[in-house]
Amino acid sequence: MMPDLGAYAVPVLSAYAVSIALIVVVVGASILKARRVRARLEEVEHRRGRAA
Amino acid sequence: MASIWEYANPRKFMATSAFLLPWTAGIAGVCLVVGLVWGFFFTPDDFRQGSTVKIIYVHVPSAIMAINAWLMMLITSLIWVIRRHHVSALAAKAAAPVGMVFTLIALVTGAIWGQPMWGTWWEWDPRLTSFLILFLFYLGYMALWEAIDNPDSAADLTSVLCLVGSVFAIISRYALVFWNQGLHQGATLSLDREQNIADVFWYPLVITLAGFGFLFVALVLYRTQTEIRARRLKALIAQERMA
Repeated sequence: MMPDLGAYAVPVLSAYAVSIALIVVVVGASILKARRVRARLEEVEHRRGRAA
Repeated sequence: MASIWEYANPRKFMATSAFLLPWTAGIAGVCLVVGLVWGFFFTPDDFRQGSTVKIIYVHVPSAIMAINAWLMMLITSLIWVIRRHHVSALAAKAAAPVGMVFTLIALVTGAIWGQPMWGTWWEWDPRLTSFLILFLFYLGYMALWEAIDNPDSAADLTSVLCLVGSVFAIISRYALVFWNQGLHQGATLSLDREQNIADVFWYPLVITLAGFGFLFVALVLYRTQTEIRARRLKALIAQERMA
């Protein structure tokens, strides 16, 4: 299944590994920030709702 | 027919982006998996570059999207400057880290590809250098947003920076046309069939490019939603402090 990359196996595999890792990092960071902001906003809106 | 300016309303943007997000993310996932698996496992080696040609499926789409991301930021920044729509400024802010990551992927995979093909990781070639400057502009743009507390002032100043950086986005796209020198080859994708890469490489490359494009759109929609919520959060906290 794995293609024969010959002498260039390290550059090809490392290029894919770096690319996929960086994409995972930006997607993961976006999800974490979104969850944090959403939770904080819900907390503040809930607090204001009770105060009103 | 709805006007495009309706989407300047945060509520309208949130509703529309919530509908579009699963579709764009899903199409991005399918295109990336199909394109990368096809390119990596089922395409032949190039007669000159050997198996390193497989790097094309991550290097070229990320480089194209790095430039397009900045151009998207330019358009939304201009909309902010001219029409003062907050959503457009926040969309530009949301796109910057995504564009920065695409630029970094293009730089790193280019260096990894360059070492076995050119015998060097780096060369002060017009395209490589302009890409490095574009990367630094991305970092500067993101830093400027974080450095200024007032969101409207931050949007104004980052819009000016985006306008200046657009020069380097355009230069990095057309560096070879302008200077016609350096190690980097010309455009990989061309409308001229004689200049375009062979079909066996072209089809998976176009699918991967679509995957990177949809991934960018999905991430910008998602991150813009977050920026809109963060702005509302900041406003509510400021109101509480004033009370």
